[in-house]
Amino acid sequence: MTIVIIVIALVVLAALTLIVVRRRRNSAALVSAPRAAMPEVLVHEVAERPQLLDDVPVLEQRLGASRSIFDRVRSMVGAGTVSAEQLDVVEEVLLRSDVGVATTTAVLDDLRANGAPEGVAHAVRTALLGAFAPEREVTTVAEPGRVPVWLFVGVNGVGKTTTIGKLAKRHIDQGRSVVLAAGDTFRAAASEQLQQWADRTGADIVRAAEGADPGSVVHDALGRAAARGADIVLADTAGRRANSTNLLDELSKIRRVADRAPGQVVETFMVLDATTGQNALSQAREFHAAANVTGIVLTKLDGTARGGIVVAIERELGIPVKFVGVGEGVGDLIIFEPRAFVDSLLDT
Amino acid sequence: MFDALSERFERLGTSLRSRGRLSDADLDEALGEVRSALLEADVELGVVRAFLEAVRVRVSGETLSQSLTPGQQVIKAVHEQLVEVLGGSPLKVTYASRPPTVILLAGLQGAGKTTTAAKLAQWFKQQGRQPYLIAADLQRPAAVEQLRVLAGQIGVDVFSEATDPVEVARKGVREAERLGRDVVIIDTAGRLAIDEALMREVRSISDATSPHYTFLVIDAVTGQDAVLTARSFHETLALTGIIVTKLDYDARGGAVLSARGVVGRPVVFASTGEKLADFDLFHPDRMASRILGMGDMLSLIEQAERTMDPSVVAESAGRMMSGTFTLDDFMTQLNQVRKMGSLGGLMRLVPGVTKEMRNAASNVDDGELNKIEAIVRSMTPRERREPSIIDGSRRTRIAKGSGTTVNAVNQLLKQFGEMRKMMKQMSGGGMPNLPGGMGRMAQAAAKASARRGGELPPGFEALGAGMNAAAPVVRGGGGKNKKKKGGRVTPPKQR
Repeated sequence: MTIVIIVIALVVLAALTLIVVRRRRNSAALVSAPRAAMPEVLVHEVAERPQLLDDVPVLEQRLGASRSIFDRVRSMVGAGTVSAEQLDVVEEVLLRSDVGVATTTAVLDDLRANGAPEGVAHAVRTALLGAFAPEREVTTVAEPGRVPVWLFVGVNGVGKTTTIGKLAKRHIDQGRSVVLAAGDTFRAAASEQLQQWADRTGADIVRAAEGADPGSVVHDALGRAAARGADIVLADTAGRRANSTNLLDELSKIRRVADRAPGQVVETFMVLDATTGQNALSQAREFHAAANVTGIVLTKLDGTARGGIVVAIERELGIPVKFVGVGEGVGDLIIFEPRAFVDSLLDT
Repeated sequence: MFDALSERFERLGTSLRSRGRLSDADLDEALGEVRSALLEADVELGVVRAFLEAVRVRVSGETLSQSLTPGQQVIKAVHEQLVEVLGGSPLKVTYASRPPTVILLAGLQGAGKTTTAAKLAQWFKQQGRQPYLIAADLQRPAAVEQLRVLAGQIGVDVFSEATDPVEVARKGVREAERLGRDVVIIDTAGRLAIDEALMREVRSISDATSPHYTFLVIDAVTGQDAVLTARSFHETLALTGIIVTKLDYDARGGAVLSARGVVGRPVVFASTGEKLADFDLFHPDRMASRILGMGDMLSLIEQAERTMDPSVVAESAGRMMSGTFTLDDFMTQLNQVRKMGSLGGLMRLVPGVTKEMRNAASNVDDGELNKIEAIVRSMTPRERREPSIIDGSRRTRIAKGSGTTVNAVNQLLKQFGEMRKMMKQMSGGGMPNLPGGMGRMAQAAAKASARRGGELPPGFEALGAGMNAAAPVVRGGGGKNKKKKGGRVTPPKQR
């Protein structure tokens, strides 16, 4: 008996899925389900701006704690042909850094074909640096009359809210006035978390109740920023997995709202945890398709993780890493520097 | 989960199946593929090496089997090794003779400890326990608030105060004792394994509360770092187990293998979504099958048995076989399936389903199913019995009544018609028009049922027989699964 029931359940299951697949094809532009009615938006006024310590760390120093660059690679003597043993070591170092099989294979092929005229260390370094674009700019201005918006996207738990807090501090230190949009209305207490950052950095914040439409929060933040003549809006979004069309559709919608006058999205950052492995590639691909990602913020690089996956992301998708988080402190989010980063990858 | 890994192994299976016998060169090539697959799945390099070595020993030690092709033999060895690494039998959760049973959660920032704490509390509640939560994450802004909100949703109390984490934990456990709660879950701040001060702190929390269980919460998207993290936490806290989160991502989940391989403690729980209900015991044997693309029929069957009403299903099943399936039956079935859980979650358990279908299913939300239900409910009983009488004006009325469009009604009717045709063909023997994986699905259902000692209805075997050649069949897991059943904790009833 059981078996009959199960077969039936499966048939219904499959049929339902088929129905949905077709339905999706038929109605390409599926509108995401409406969320709860728009609640009252809370606006937080800033009384004073607390002074924060300004101690900008240098990536090399932060990563340099255990950084005896290339130890295993540099200890390889000789130039010219690379031996099989040396290739094995290079492979191991790269794989352990989360660079990925494809990129590692490419580097090894390069070493095999061209040898290492100036030593293995130099050759590997050059090969990896080749993956990075030499210039990376961070845009902070919009067209005249519009408010520049930085939008933050990413999966759950990568540190979006914390990143926004730290970047708010950075902007304020550089003399810009900041409005934070608490667009993560899904996770419990996410706006409280951002509120605390606003208090610490002296930014304005616009937030709404849990379950509110994130688009409306962003919209209100833009209105407020325009009215007060704020210099930049930093918009938070809820963490979401990158394999759900509905959640990505919602993200596209938030981006459209943020990009409508008076706002203009000048940067969309995908925040990425340095411990992430190869899944980061598909995250980047999906978020890029949904929200046109302009840069990556690599967080939590102060641990034992190497974050090598960004090499693959830059190499395969051409999305530049722009900031990197190297500590818990509010000033520990710094501009990304490819050279220092590549050195840290090769440090075993 | 593990989708990509499964795909690789499926491809590997195909290329090996086409060969007659396995030479050393073949084995090297096959293991090379396994290596790439595991690395791409984020399994740590050291764990990969040990894994491949073990598979090689397994394969070379065995005489070539008569009944298995060489390819199947490799896959079988890989499967057996996966089961072994993923942890043989699941850990059985027992309770302290002197309550409360204390559980400590630790892990990196962003792994999902706070959400997991709430999910775990709910799980214990479903087991008939009285859980109590301690919010000892005083580091992240609003972490305590987050736990309070989540705990409020499941009706569990939270203890916290603004002192220091060790003090909070100690007082919290005492408070739980006073209140007579029998399970205490301590949520701690995320910390890096190399942060000595914070690692000492979590050690102090552990010393102060002497937890019965210490779980490392690890994120399924973690890369090579999983090993280092797991090792340091294990050295500091002597873990009793691992909880893996974010298994609903399309990540390959190699971190589970890595952490398991290094720490040597079982993965106990798995979290598969944002909702508090998306949480259950982790089943290593099933996971190994899943990695190999064999689906997870046992979970599916268990879920079906737990939630479905056999008499209701059986009745409409009869009509289904005789080709007189009505929209009413469709609604009944739909509701039964919905009781089993989210479509996406269910599709993951079904073997041989294409990625497209799986993704589509995981994107179906309740709203869409509600819409289908609304359309059917807006029909008259006669219309539900004989959809052919639904003409233009009836369609308009149904669309109005259900708050949808005529187009949506049309689509549903058309698809229902196709579905009915499909079922008629099926009941006429064979499964001619079923999409790709369905044959395998039925076959796997039969196998799983046979494994559990269930009886096959006459004719069913013939139904699956034709698919035998097409489906990658790994034997050897069956006997083991059965033995382990005794020690497994029964999963909680779902609402």
